[in-house]
Amino acid sequence: MDIAANSILYLDGVAVSFDGYKALRGLSLVIEPGEMRAIIGPNGAGKTTMMDIITGKTRPDEGEVLFEGSTDLTKLDEATIAEMGIGRKFQKPTVFESHTVRDNLVLSLKDNRSPFATLFHSSTEEQDARIDELLTTIKLTHRAYDLARNLSHGQKQWLEIGMLLAQEPKLLLVDEPVAGMTDAETMETAALLREINKTKSVVVVEHDMAFVRELGVKVTVLHEGAVLAEGPIDYVANDPKVIEVYLGR
Amino acid sequence: MIISFLIKGLDRRTAICMLVLLLICAAVPLSNAYLPVGHPFRIPTDEMLQFGKYGSYALLAVSLDLVWGYCGILSLGHGAFFALGGYAMGMYLMRQIGARGVYANPILPDFMVFLNWKALPVTWYGFNWFGYAMVMVLLVPGLLAFVFGWFAFRSRVTGVYLSIITQAMTYALLLAFFRNDMGFGGNNGLTDFKDILGYNIQADSTRRGLFVATMLMLCLGLWVASGIVNSKLGKVLIAIRDAESRTRFIGYRVAEYKTVIFTISACMAGVAGALYVPQVLIINPSEFSPGNSIEAVIWVAVGGRGTLIGAIVGAVAVNWGKTWFTGQFPEFWLFALGALFVAGPLLLPKGIVGSISDMLAKKKSSQMYASLPATSEAVEDGASPTVE
Ligand SMILES: Nc1ncnc2c1ncn2[C@@H]1O[C@H](COP(=O)(O)OP(=O)(O)OP(=O)(O)O)[C@@H](O)[C@H]1O
Ligand SMILES: [Mg+2]
Repeated sequence: MDIAANSILYLDGVAVSFDGYKALRGLSLVIEPGEMRAIIGPNGAGKTTMMDIITGKTRPDEGEVLFEGSTDLTKLDEATIAEMGIGRKFQKPTVFESHTVRDNLVLSLKDNRSPFATLFHSSTEEQDARIDELLTTIKLTHRAYDLARNLSHGQKQWLEIGMLLAQEPKLLLVDEPVAGMTDAETMETAALLREINKTKSVVVVEHDMAFVRELGVKVTVLHEGAVLAEGPIDYVANDPKVIEVYLGR
Repeated sequence: MIISFLIKGLDRRTAICMLVLLLICAAVPLSNAYLPVGHPFRIPTDEMLQFGKYGSYALLAVSLDLVWGYCGILSLGHGAFFALGGYAMGMYLMRQIGARGVYANPILPDFMVFLNWKALPVTWYGFNWFGYAMVMVLLVPGLLAFVFGWFAFRSRVTGVYLSIITQAMTYALLLAFFRNDMGFGGNNGLTDFKDILGYNIQADSTRRGLFVATMLMLCLGLWVASGIVNSKLGKVLIAIRDAESRTRFIGYRVAEYKTVIFTISACMAGVAGALYVPQVLIINPSEFSPGNSIEAVIWVAVGGRGTLIGAIVGAVAVNWGKTWFTGQFPEFWLFALGALFVAGPLLLPKGIVGSISDMLAKKKSSQMYASLPATSEAVEDGASPTVE
């Protein structure tokens, strides 16, 4: 119970199956406040499913999912979980294509989310300044008034990270942030995530080993819906079980 | 708060469109009233009525565009809200007949006397007051939309399934209103209206008044819709349309937003119906028929969805075409409508207004690039992410 109480995210024995296929089978994971964790694992290991469960999209069949030691996430809907401080970046970059880059951030900015409040909303100077700041962080200031659909793939990934930051979450779940990026962009994204991690807890799912190495944080290997190994990257990379999963077939 | 909301609604395009509508609103009745009969610029009363009717259709189209164009909810049942607003107005007009009906009953409308009813049903109480009837014009469609939306959107019914149940809703109402014991006149509906607010409903002057009222309400509807669309709420609606689950993960309660906009839209459709009935002088259950709702979708598609003004253009253009076509080749109208539904999206996927504004935008941006080639490239270069 102590472990749960001192964690920002606590998963214990989480299992879920889709039409009989067990996507997660007894997954347990503890993220400490301020930690950054990298999660790797072959295709179909259940990484995205895990995020679906944390963010309220999918309900687990069994197991415990706690946020900040006490909040049971399995009972809440997506909007409530987001408002509590869990932000999520999708595997396939999803931004609002027919909005400008700036409006994407405006919509994401932490603020009252009720229809009445948004109907009569007008931006304050602080909010405008915050958005300028975010635009600088994600290096999209010069594209602020372009439609998001005209961004390159990498820029969309960055915009989505910016949208995540705008929500001011306590915990960020980032699913494959560097898919489709050039090497230079990948390294920059690693730097950005490390910067973000100075103030927030982060869980990153990624296949790209160079990227995971660059992050330099504790790694959890998922396989067939459960944790296979956990530790520093060099330690897990030399684990025979891990080698077998990645190369053995 | 309300003021800043309305100011935001007045973007250039909306303002121009409202100006045009106001000009028509003034010019048509003036020409009808003051130019001598036979003058080339005089608009005859029946033509004015025709365009007044299109005006009410245009308001229905704007309300539909709000939910479909901006929030992606393809309602195939908006005709129901229109008809309910129409019935509320019809009930007021019915009670204005008073003792002038065939059976000369001061309280009961003719059809009730005919059915041997002894007392006015509760549903008809209060409809002798114009104010009460106008509240009902908004309240009844709004309430239905709210309850419907509450259940449908909370259980996350979307896409085709949602369209089908909206269609089922209007069909169910069609069947219900056909029944005599519902107390709304059965398949004959409500008609034989005599006057509205004390004015003879068939008089030319009253008809001019109705035309003006329709145009003003259309302007107001466009203004409110534009205010909504330009607000942050409007941006959330577009976000829902484009990426519903993303919107949810940012923390917006999508079901609440959909219910709100669906309800506002239904109220607007109700007003459109209430303007329609005193101009066509009848309301019957056929207004609930699913085909009507589908036609409204076609107007919006032809005019350009998600542009508001396109809805107005589409409603007027298609109905004007319909009137012309049914006059020339009565048997072929349905085929023409079908062809329009198929060919329209193929030839002009963004509708009339959408295609025009695309063309203008392209012209503008190519001019901009032509004048600033070097700078825009420099910005592009300087900005590509580099390793630190
Ligand atoms: N909603 C769903 N319905 C049915 N099956 C699902 C659903 N979601 C996930 N699955 C299945 O569960 C398994 C785990 O999927 P998941 O997306 O979590 O894997 P992943 O580790 O994210 O893989 P990748 O690296 O390819 O993204 C897969 O076999 C997938 O087909
Ligand atoms: Mg995945």
